[in-house]
Amino acid sequence: MSSEPTNTSVTVTESRVSQTVAAVKALLSTKKGALSIGLLVPIIFGVVAAPFIAPYPPTETHVIDRLTSPSFQYLLGTDQYGRDVFSRILYGGRASLLIGLGSTAFALALGVPIGIVSGYSGGRFDELTMRAMDVLMSIPSLLLALLVVTGLGSGLTNTIIAIGIVFTPRLARITRSSTLSIKNQEYITAAEARGESLFRIAFYEILPNASSSILVEGSIRIGFGILIGSSLSFLGLGTQPPNPDWGYMASVARNHLRSQIWFMLGPGIALGGTILGFNLLGDALRDYLEE
Amino acid sequence: MSDFRLYLFKRMGYIAVTLLIISFIVFAITQLLPGNAAVLILGKQATNESIAAVEQQLGLNKPWYVQYTDWLVGFVTGEWGNSYLNDASAMDVIIPRLIHSVQLAALTLVLVICVGIPLGVVAAMKEDSIQDLAVSSFGYLGVSFPEFITGMVLLTLFGGPILSIFPFGGYEPLQSGLIPWLKHLALPSLTLTIILIAHVMRLTRSELIEVLESDYVRTARLKGISEYRVLFFHALRNALLPTITLLALDVGYLLGSIVVVEEVFAFPGLGRLVVRAIQSRDIPVIQAVVMIIAIVYTFANLAADILYTYLDPRIEYGEQ
Repeated sequence: MSSEPTNTSVTVTESRVSQTVAAVKALLSTKKGALSIGLLVPIIFGVVAAPFIAPYPPTETHVIDRLTSPSFQYLLGTDQYGRDVFSRILYGGRASLLIGLGSTAFALALGVPIGIVSGYSGGRFDELTMRAMDVLMSIPSLLLALLVVTGLGSGLTNTIIAIGIVFTPRLARITRSSTLSIKNQEYITAAEARGESLFRIAFYEILPNASSSILVEGSIRIGFGILIGSSLSFLGLGTQPPNPDWGYMASVARNHLRSQIWFMLGPGIALGGTILGFNLLGDALRDYLEE
Repeated sequence: MSDFRLYLFKRMGYIAVTLLIISFIVFAITQLLPGNAAVLILGKQATNESIAAVEQQLGLNKPWYVQYTDWLVGFVTGEWGNSYLNDASAMDVIIPRLIHSVQLAALTLVLVICVGIPLGVVAAMKEDSIQDLAVSSFGYLGVSFPEFITGMVLLTLFGGPILSIFPFGGYEPLQSGLIPWLKHLALPSLTLTIILIAHVMRLTRSELIEVLESDYVRTARLKGISEYRVLFFHALRNALLPTITLLALDVGYLLGSIVVVEEVFAFPGLGRLVVRAIQSRDIPVIQAVVMIIAIVYTFANLAADILYTYLDPRIEYGEQ
């Protein structure tokens, strides 16, 4: 008896791995998927391996070379203190990627359980939580994030929490609507008949079957999280200098727009490429999963 | 019409509750802000007595629930308190800025509708063509670049360093002429349009493609009606229904984006005001501006739902 469950779990894992491999292959064969992987892989690699790739330390100043245009010496030019923009972009991506991934993880951790329990149990609880989510959604995203960051104080962690709070209602809604379409399926009735706990039903029966729409929404949220995070630091309310940050670099570039138009090139390409990558990934996933 | 009245009544009730909860959230967050308002007003050299006097005057020594009700009643009756920063009432500070932002938002919505819908129609009519690909690529790029990057690119291209067609920022009232007024609004509203247009184009395209494949459009074509008439009198009317709901959602997105865009173009609107207010802890201004934005957004959603039901008689009021 004891060896049997182990065997099944091994086959399950193997089939999951082969499913994932098949999914990645299918994604790469589409235009959107290939483009998104083509954008995201180099960007993530560059950001993670920043210490090995960056030609200069991110805070090293070159006083003679302030606000220079792109050249072989400084690939994307230098900023107002003569720091290499390309190196700062590589290091600055850490904050942006952390914000995108962290805020989405926060929203998943909070929104998915709320959505499942709300959709599965229905009734008063459902009504009340969904109304609460509606209230949060009736404040525009950026403004709500701005308010929460104002209340909590700026900084990387608080930015992640603020954007996570903004995203939670959307993920809860999507999880709830998937749950509603699943909860009357026979396998759920069977699980109920077996006397499974609410926890087991929620996370072992409903969640795996609701995961595709959650996955799609999650990947779109990562890009949007980076967008809101960079907007907050552009407004001076996100991550704090001297740490390099794409949004903050753009706000400095704004002040030097008349004297050095190339300055905005670095943060512009980095933000646009990353967000475009995640948007395309979300759409490619949707096309693949909803076929 | 009694169905409609009941529906409207219920919706107004929901809106009232929503706004009440938002008012509480806004109040709670502004109470969390570090720094003493009295010190903020008087400056760091203030004596303890004068701080106590200002606290008394502002009601800061009262318990929080009294402060909250006082503020809420004040907001509803048009007594928004005094700005800590400018020596003026919050309302006098906010109203002119609100008018500037409304002009910017209105021009943007007009542009989004007048450009986005035709582009979506073109993409749908020539599905999978070069034009279709161009429209969808433009849409992807538009939503992927943050407002401040798009704004800065437009500013560089047309606002000074390269081509000096438009001013580098700021605002000019309509009284000083139509052309200067439009020139100051042009780049900020173009930036907002580029960001918002993608949703409208995409939805118009996908809905129109779906409608064009439906039975009634086929029937219309079989009757020998010209393609032009099929498109404008039969298909488009139904295809544009979801776009209306989307426009209401876009109002929310627009109200957020406007904060960033006004900052880029130094446009003296509500968004720039609220950022300044947050940076300098000008609590009465923060509270009032956020409430105004929430009110605009909730009513935009209501308007969209009513319009949607009006245009599609198959849907009854109260159905979701």
